[in-house]
Amino acid sequence: MEDKDVRKENHTDSKIAGDGSADPRIIAFVCNWCTYSGADLAGTSRMKYSDNVRVIKLPCTGRIDPLFIVEAFKKGAKGVLVSGCHPGDCHYTSGNYHSRRKYATFRDLLGYLGVDLDRVEFSWVSASEGNKWVSIINEFTDKIKSLPGKSTDIFTKK
Amino acid sequence: MARIGVFVCWCGSNIAGTVDVEKVREEAAKIPGVVSALDYKYMCSDPGQNSLRNIIKEKNLTGIVLAACSPHMHENTFRKAAAKEGLNPYFVEIANIREQVSWVHEDKERATAKAVDLMKMMVEKVKRDRPIEDVRVPLNKKALVIGGGISGIQAALDIANGGVEVLLVEKEPSIGGRMIQLDETFPTLDCSSCIMTPKMVEANQHPNIKLYTYSEVEDISGYIGNFKIKIKKKARSVVEKDCTGCGECWNACPMHKNVKSEFNVNLSERTAIYVPFPQAVPLVPVLDRSVCLHYKKGGKCQKCFDACGPKCIDFSLQDEIIEETVGAIVASTGYDLMDTSMYGEYGYGKYKDVISGLQFERLLSASGPTEGVIKRPSDGKTPQTIVFVQCVGSRDPEKGVPYCSKVCCMYTAKHAKLFAHKVHGSQSYVFYIDIRSTSKGYEEFVRGTMEQDGAIYLRGRVSKIYEDEGKLIVKGADTLSGNQVEIAADMVVLATGVIPKKGSDKLAQMLGISYDKYGFFTESHPKLRPAESSTAGIFLAGMAQGPRDIPESVVSGSAAASKILGLFSKNEYEVEGTIANVNEATCVACFYCQRVCAYNAISKKEIKDRSGKLIKVVANVNPGLCTGCGACVNACFSKSIDVKGFMDDQIYAEIKALAV
Repeated sequence: MEDKDVRKENHTDSKIAGDGSADPRIIAFVCNWCTYSGADLAGTSRMKYSDNVRVIKLPCTGRIDPLFIVEAFKKGAKGVLVSGCHPGDCHYTSGNYHSRRKYATFRDLLGYLGVDLDRVEFSWVSASEGNKWVSIINEFTDKIKSLPGKSTDIFTKK
Repeated sequence: MARIGVFVCWCGSNIAGTVDVEKVREEAAKIPGVVSALDYKYMCSDPGQNSLRNIIKEKNLTGIVLAACSPHMHENTFRKAAAKEGLNPYFVEIANIREQVSWVHEDKERATAKAVDLMKMMVEKVKRDRPIEDVRVPLNKKALVIGGGISGIQAALDIANGGVEVLLVEKEPSIGGRMIQLDETFPTLDCSSCIMTPKMVEANQHPNIKLYTYSEVEDISGYIGNFKIKIKKKARSVVEKDCTGCGECWNACPMHKNVKSEFNVNLSERTAIYVPFPQAVPLVPVLDRSVCLHYKKGGKCQKCFDACGPKCIDFSLQDEIIEETVGAIVASTGYDLMDTSMYGEYGYGKYKDVISGLQFERLLSASGPTEGVIKRPSDGKTPQTIVFVQCVGSRDPEKGVPYCSKVCCMYTAKHAKLFAHKVHGSQSYVFYIDIRSTSKGYEEFVRGTMEQDGAIYLRGRVSKIYEDEGKLIVKGADTLSGNQVEIAADMVVLATGVIPKKGSDKLAQMLGISYDKYGFFTESHPKLRPAESSTAGIFLAGMAQGPRDIPESVVSGSAAASKILGLFSKNEYEVEGTIANVNEATCVACFYCQRVCAYNAISKKEIKDRSGKLIKVVANVNPGLCTGCGACVNACFSKSIDVKGFMDDQIYAEIKALAV
């Protein structure tokens, strides 16, 4: 309940310009085999997408520690994306399942911590889905831009 | 103190057109620890690599960052170049400013800012890189083949011909698998025994092949190059080396009425001491203790013992466990036919003359229960009309399995053809859904069955089969003409779907390889690594992977063999060093890491003091099995496990480098 109230409060604040939402920093934690290759494919296909995203490559989404997401918000990210192989396609058999389960649990905690859950996204992008990567990044960036600016305040206080 | 070199590649105008490479270089030079920053037109070219190598040498660099194309393109190129100058190749990091910056963004200023960010990230990462040594695993150059069907035999022969010792383990008393049960093979109609028995004999006589029939793999541990295996050699009650295969014993056996022959798919009986078929390899009988009177009646019957000339029957023989160490394994356990009793409307098991395709093979076979004369199991009469029903169990997601069993279209066409050849003036009807005949000569073969041999193909399903005055009445639909049909048949042959061999899931668990929801072993990659399992050193062949025909099974056996010969062409197997590593000082032995590991790479290790007293138990990573996925890292509560190359402090430093 409480985190909802926080959001409401933030909503009022957003009437004033946010804390840099026009140019939000987005961090994407991606796996090496599917999503990173998918992002590369977008490049080799010369597709264009929003330049707010910074990709951090890991061997597998199973390697993504939920604390990385917290840390990304602490360091000023306005949105965090986690993306890996589709279910059943994991290069390491089951890493994406571990990641999915961890994420499902961790999301609640993030909400409790006061993170606007619209700012965290989980997706599957395969190595052949350059276009999906492009649309996910564009849509996610637009969404972050449209959100009230201060909802990640809890992490950005110096 | 870190001494980092940053190299910014223009990639002609591919990067330099969108990213201000000079600006990236200038920004790099400002980072503490960066002692050299350079931009160059083509870093991957020879002059580019040479300048990289010169600077490593001149400036005594401890790490390098390339702001260039995707690491999937040239990471290895630059790692090799660095290694030539004595730098650990894992001290090379790539900032991907082409595929993920210059090619996907247009605004030069913003693209440059992103490129600078990515470069900074990698500088922070490379500062925290530790030297990683690739792991070398010694190889025991011996292979194990599990399953002695055609694919397993082919794999064993190819490996053995390559000069490598092979253990071929077969559960049944003879090798030969399913293929030796078949009569003639499509599309050439050459007799299966004629082409199979020479291979079986060759496998038996090959100096590099050690045959373990009537044996099962009981336990497997270890990893590529070093699998410890236990083979249970079931008690045969016959001393193999003395047996001549003369047959006096089974002729003397009083048990010749009640035991169904597995080889003839219950169409005939066998004795308690038996060889499954006359061309069995090895030609040594097995005493089935579950039915033998000697064991059932407290040792009274020993007729086989008395009949045996060389006195090689030994009732006291026990199961034997044989331990071996092998470097690689082929899993080729084959298939079973589905139980079709859930199709009550077909009456399999209820009507004697409704039989499976494999039973029909035995009826056709010259070595079968009827010596190749097609006779009805019920009354021994030769049928004049046979209805073949395809897709029984296959392609039926509701009651059976959704996949296609692949061989049934062809063997049904073959059955209809052979029936026409053997019983002149006979008529066969085939109920089918689709005809799948896609390999060399297959389509022509099916056409021949229809056009020359007069089989009538009806597209549709059978709704009911019942007995009426010695005939089987088959009711079904012909969907092409839109008519209901009723055929009075003498016999019905069901093209039963194939499923993985019973127990193959247990074997997969023992091997640590993955299998799909039906139990078929899954390939490491369905297209590009079709012969490999998900575990290094374990290869797959034959129907255990999924439905396939004989040529495909042979190809897969050879593929597995060539992979093993390739592996064994070196003395050591090299594993990338980016694997998990345990901090034994902080490990609390909760073994959550073990639970999430998909590769069984984590085991328990006991640390003892000098007097042998146990100090603590810790997790231990097997470098031969670990793939460096990092699932264990997140499962670890005490932060005692990390993956080299993707350590926690590196990732946090990357995130920090992106701080706004």
